[in-house]
Amino acid sequence: MTEKMKKNLIKVIISIAIYIATAVLVKLNYIEGNLELALYLAAYLIVGAQVLKRAVRNIIGGQVFDENFLMAIATVGAFLVGEYPEAVAVMLFYQIGELFEKYAVNRSRKSISDLMDIYPEYANVVRAGKLETVDPEEVNVGEVILIRPGERVPLDGEVIKGTSNLDTRALTGETQPREVFPGEAVVSGCINLNGVIEVKVSREFGESTVSKILELVENASSHKAEAENFITKFARYYTPVVVISAALLALIPPLIIPGASWADWVYRALTFLVISCPCALVISIPLSFFGGLGGASRRGILVKGSNYLEALANVEIAVFDKTGTLTKGNFKVSGIFPAESVITGNAELKESVSGEMKAEAEERLIRMAAHAEIHSSHPIAASIRDAYGKAIDAEGMDEIEELSGYGVKALIDGKTVYAGSRKLMNDLGIRIENEAAAGTLVHIAEDGKYAGYILVEDEIKYDSQRAVKELMAMGIKKIVMLTGDRKNIGESVGKKLGITEIYTELLPADKVEKMVGLMKQKSPKGKLIFVGDGINDAPVLAGADIGIAMGGLGSDAAIEAADIVIMTDEPSKVAEAIKISKKTLRIVKQNIVFALGIKLFVLLLAAFGAASMWAAVFADVGVSVLAILNAIRLIGGRSR
Amino acid sequence: MKKIYTIEDLGCASCASKMEDAIGKLEGVNKVAITFMTKKLVIDAEDGQFDEIIKQAGRIIKKIEPDAELRPYRR
Repeated sequence: MTEKMKKNLIKVIISIAIYIATAVLVKLNYIEGNLELALYLAAYLIVGAQVLKRAVRNIIGGQVFDENFLMAIATVGAFLVGEYPEAVAVMLFYQIGELFEKYAVNRSRKSISDLMDIYPEYANVVRAGKLETVDPEEVNVGEVILIRPGERVPLDGEVIKGTSNLDTRALTGETQPREVFPGEAVVSGCINLNGVIEVKVSREFGESTVSKILELVENASSHKAEAENFITKFARYYTPVVVISAALLALIPPLIIPGASWADWVYRALTFLVISCPCALVISIPLSFFGGLGGASRRGILVKGSNYLEALANVEIAVFDKTGTLTKGNFKVSGIFPAESVITGNAELKESVSGEMKAEAEERLIRMAAHAEIHSSHPIAASIRDAYGKAIDAEGMDEIEELSGYGVKALIDGKTVYAGSRKLMNDLGIRIENEAAAGTLVHIAEDGKYAGYILVEDEIKYDSQRAVKELMAMGIKKIVMLTGDRKNIGESVGKKLGITEIYTELLPADKVEKMVGLMKQKSPKGKLIFVGDGINDAPVLAGADIGIAMGGLGSDAAIEAADIVIMTDEPSKVAEAIKISKKTLRIVKQNIVFALGIKLFVLLLAAFGAASMWAAVFADVGVSVLAILNAIRLIGGRSR
Repeated sequence: MKKIYTIEDLGCASCASKMEDAIGKLEGVNKVAITFMTKKLVIDAEDGQFDEIIKQAGRIIKKIEPDAELRPYRR
């Protein structure tokens, strides 16, 4: 609570005390007439003087329909028609509401800035063998910084010395610490947990992850949602309309209805004025979006604008890229299939093949493949070496020859081994015996005879299936996968995940074309999202209604190109983002309907003389408070 | 030129949108956004008129909400 707010609170308390005392004394017939008026006036001025002053100042400044002015008119009017207690009460409640509103707004401002508390205060840079503490902005690329346990990583870079665990929660929402060691990249904004590490800076502060993220989050709410614009427009008309109705209500009925009392109709009109401020709406809608954006970023989902958060609720078509998005983008051996003739040595004894013989044959095949691929830098070769898992003994190997695009030829233990594609086998005139699996296959031949194949697959992420399931459960009409990969691979991945619409063997330009086609299939209000890893799908990201980039940590391209950046590598966050969006919009709608509903209802009652000023105060201040409380739910509890 | 400012003691959401409207109408302003929750004013205006525009924006803010004040942005 700020000093100003404390002062206001004291005024409110004093005023309440005088108000209650006066009311009791009047009830007991101890005081009446001028003394009563004086006491009520005192209570009124203690809380209301500020409002009156502002009202006068604003009118001079040309601000006609502002809330101070409206409250001033309503309460002064109530005094004039002799409703002293109500005049004081309206002003009191108005001030209590204001106090509460300020308190709530301050708290959510704070909880959101805590949320984004990833700004590094300083960097320890090693210069001329000495450690200096400087502003992160002053560190140059290539310099070495030292990060102690408990400190925040100030700049992006690569670890050159030491090992440690990093807490990436503020960036990714991931609770598991990340282990780092020399050679690993670290991103700014993480907290170093236990070891001292030295990091060679790879990017200037202005270009660092932390700067980009802060910029993104802080600018997010300046891209306003349609609902916000609607409310702003609405507010512009609402107040003048209510004020004019109030004026008409005070003037016309007493003139045309015989016997109508001026005081009665003026009272009704004053009640109108109390309800005429659109504050509840104007404040709770941006607050809801702000809360939604904050809640999302707490979960590692950075949304670049309220408008995107709003649009997410209407997603009809979700398009996923395969590699790097639904799959990890790194290859892994998922099956070793020696040719049957190799296992048995004799096809007739097929039934007597024991598990042991099979395992032995598999071991031999992977060993052969790993040795043949010893020098290849291709990710598939690396996955085969990983699967072999043992040291590769280069002795007894000779004449390794890369057959570019097809495979390798090597002399292992005096035998000529070929490892490569189906085409390589065909060219060599070697018959492939048993081929069934879908995926990338590495065929192996030994001394002119087929020896079997190794199945290499891109690993599917652990939550990809869940992501697809959740999206379907949410009623997303169509889930599509696009990939540049081969047909059988793409379809096998798609089938495992439960995606039915799969387009394979697409070049980047084909992806854009497919996207254009898909955009035509949605309903006018529906939205299409594209989820990619942001690496070479920038045109597709830009072409979708909402482009979502995955694994944004450390990838500028993704942060630039996308409308939403998912900091972790989890596709299931897409569903989570949609959930947050729907929840935000639900609260926005509740607030609009609730606030407008109550206001219109009380306006109606007031017009017929059935609502007192008390009801009007509730419709104004009470509704504001409730709408704010409702919006605050989105930010959720206390921040860490 | 694009710059960010903080509006200290910005207390009323509808005032913020009034300010935004009024500043947006100043000559030389390409784009302006006031975010009530972060108290931030992001303004994009012509280089030559920038200082003058900021002065006027400050006046507009004072006029709409006398307690509020335009300050250079600090984290």
